[in-house]
Amino acid sequence: MSMVVTDPPLVRFGRFLRDNPVIPLVVFLFVLVAVLEIMRPGIVTPFRAGRDGVISTFWLGNLIKFAIPLAMLAACQVLTMLTAGIDLSAGIVATVAAFVCATLSSIWGVGPAVATALLAGLVVGVVNGIGVGLVRVHPLIMTLGTGLIATGVLQVYQRLVINAGSEIPGFLTWLGTGRTLAMPNGLFLFVPFALFIFWLMRFTGFGRLLFALGSNENAAKLSGVRAWQVYVALYALSGVIAALAGLLYLGIIRQTSLSLANPLMLPSVAAAVIGGTSIFGGRGSYAGAIVGALIIRVLDTMLTLMQMPEGARTVLFGLIILAVTAIYVRITGSR
Amino acid sequence: MSGTQLLDATGIAKSFGAVRALTEASLHVSEGEIVALMGANGAGKSTFVKIITGALRPDSGTVLIRGREARVGSPAQARRSGLVPVYQEPSLIPDLDVADNLRLTDTPVEPFRRWVEELGIRRLALSDMIGDLPLATLRILDLARALASAPDVLLLDEMTAALPTDLVERVLKVMRQKADEGMGVIYVSHRFGEISELCDRATVLRDGMSVGDLKIEPGVEDRAVELMLGQKLDLAARDIHKTRGTTGDRPRMRVKGVAIAPKVSDISFDLFPGEVLGVVALEGQGQDELFECMAGFMPPRAGSIEVNGVAADFRHPADAIAAGVKFVPGDRADALLAQRSVRENIALPFSARIRAWGGLKLRHERARVAHAIARLQIDTRAQGEVQRLSGGNQQKVTIGRWLATGVDTLLLFDPTRGIDVRTKRQIYPLVRELAEQGASVLFYTSELEEIPLACDRAVVIFNGRVVDIIDAEVADEQTLLRAAYGLVAQEGAA
Repeated sequence: MSMVVTDPPLVRFGRFLRDNPVIPLVVFLFVLVAVLEIMRPGIVTPFRAGRDGVISTFWLGNLIKFAIPLAMLAACQVLTMLTAGIDLSAGIVATVAAFVCATLSSIWGVGPAVATALLAGLVVGVVNGIGVGLVRVHPLIMTLGTGLIATGVLQVYQRLVINAGSEIPGFLTWLGTGRTLAMPNGLFLFVPFALFIFWLMRFTGFGRLLFALGSNENAAKLSGVRAWQVYVALYALSGVIAALAGLLYLGIIRQTSLSLANPLMLPSVAAAVIGGTSIFGGRGSYAGAIVGALIIRVLDTMLTLMQMPEGARTVLFGLIILAVTAIYVRITGSR
Repeated sequence: MSGTQLLDATGIAKSFGAVRALTEASLHVSEGEIVALMGANGAGKSTFVKIITGALRPDSGTVLIRGREARVGSPAQARRSGLVPVYQEPSLIPDLDVADNLRLTDTPVEPFRRWVEELGIRRLALSDMIGDLPLATLRILDLARALASAPDVLLLDEMTAALPTDLVERVLKVMRQKADEGMGVIYVSHRFGEISELCDRATVLRDGMSVGDLKIEPGVEDRAVELMLGQKLDLAARDIHKTRGTTGDRPRMRVKGVAIAPKVSDISFDLFPGEVLGVVALEGQGQDELFECMAGFMPPRAGSIEVNGVAADFRHPADAIAAGVKFVPGDRADALLAQRSVRENIALPFSARIRAWGGLKLRHERARVAHAIARLQIDTRAQGEVQRLSGGNQQKVTIGRWLATGVDTLLLFDPTRGIDVRTKRQIYPLVRELAEQGASVLFYTSELEEIPLACDRAVVIFNGRVVDIIDAEVADEQTLLRAAYGLVAQEGAA
């Protein structure tokens, strides 16, 4: 029928990039780090500045520490986006979980507090799943709505516990701020978590169904998939992940507030999109989202170093995310 | 007949990555000429059509329209230079009404109306929503829209597939008439009947190359098939081994007095183990709804369906699948995950139930998928995504999905629509083989000549009712056609 011919190296290279979309992202990450080093010599390679090593483990550790909660929230976005959905309640769920945990720890003890925090995430997630899967509300609207409701409930809850005071569980502080071999302890949570997400997406029936629903829901139905079951499980999982990310973030920030993790919300969507996950469903990679989270963190550092006013920083941040996504889409030919 | 050259495509080549879809394809159309473009599965027909109509750019070669080099860069440009395509899938926007769709392409309304009537569609209002109209009507509207823009060259790509016979006749008549007025027509089709009735010449593609230009004359079919396949083969699948279904047994599936809004009023028949039961119907007689109902997509309004003597109350396709009833829909796009691999597509039903949501049993899956691929002879060189496969291979994937899980009852809705002769010839024996192994197959086809080839009996549906059940063995096309039109069949069979 058709013959197979050998293509010129450039074409093959292009196809290689298409099949391995994480590679250009990693390259871009290194370019950004190089720019950072040029802007502020010594921040990445303190050896030249006469400090502790070839690469600053302090800088690297910090970068990873702050990228972890972002990457965890990005998991919520990657998983839901695979089905052409989104979870806009993730940031608020993380905040709620952190607040609940901090306030309940001093009353009920750490164990029940953590369990209640995760349960709160599960409840919001299940409601999202029922709305999306059974009532067929668009995920954008559904999760926006539950997010707003959760914010309101949190404010009411705050009045109830106003005198209880707050306490941040020791192991969360250890996870959030402690270091082992110069690397943040958060990796003890994150590495198994990331491996679980990879496994879930690539090697489980559930993962297959996420891709299937995002590619062609009708084909999935025809094959006997009851979509609502998948949606309920998916958004419930997303809620629990968001709550877990909130707990870790609590350990990192060591403060409670009514909007603790909310600023991570849109960057988590950005990390997923930069990482090559299609908002139209059926295409996505968690490795890409992790690199996306690192890229966002490096960009953040860069913009902070430039000492720009907050407004200009936000504008520039938005522009850079758009540019990165556009270039990335051009390179990989994906959407 | 032949005057000025309208379209001259010469030496067209196109590669996708490492796969060369076209190496040297050429096509010429003169004024007043109707040229068939033929080719087996994967010969490069679709790529060639896309290049001629400007949807793809060729790597090399030229496309001249009226002798002028047309750097056809986009479908809109091709349209302006006088070449208008009509595809198998209507290109009308479902959420707009007819008038708005015309406005989108700047189509004059009056000529459009005239053509719609000429092509045999009555009762069409410009305010009808496209999404509410049946597929056959949409095809005709698409064609009328193309004609209304007074094209120099009209390209029809499998336009008559699944069109009811009376509309096909009209289309052919109008084409002939326009050609006499000087229009050129490129007719992409698998149907020899229509080609020999309509066309002046046929250009045959094989492996991305034009391998022959045939004058249409008696016996041209054999020569064309020879060229398409690159070897001599019997055209008809006469040698298919048929054993009769054991109709004496308890029926596998019993449809009793089923009514489905709005088209189906009263359908009853039994489907026995080991038989292939054909469904003969013109477009829109309720067969779409019948299949969807039997597959669990919608409940019947009245009547009942039994599987193995037990009342089946399907609320979801999952229920039908659990009862062993598997459905292959008419539109491949409905059934496939276009961006996913062949393996994932075939293995999709394995993961459907909650208890299979955990870790994949990859070894088991690979074995079953490999078995289905081998049995159907699916060409999987385009490993990556199902959308890169040819139409015939895609269709095999939708069937292979159910072979991999095991089949009791298979509902095949027009499985050979728009696919090439070679793939068709693989599908009939497969259907027979399934029946021999004890499966029941309900087989609707829009091409009547397939009924005696593949089926034991055929149930004839007209206007939402069963009007006849006939022995497929003795049914010739004329008998079937008369029956499909609701005429008494005895006369033809006698």
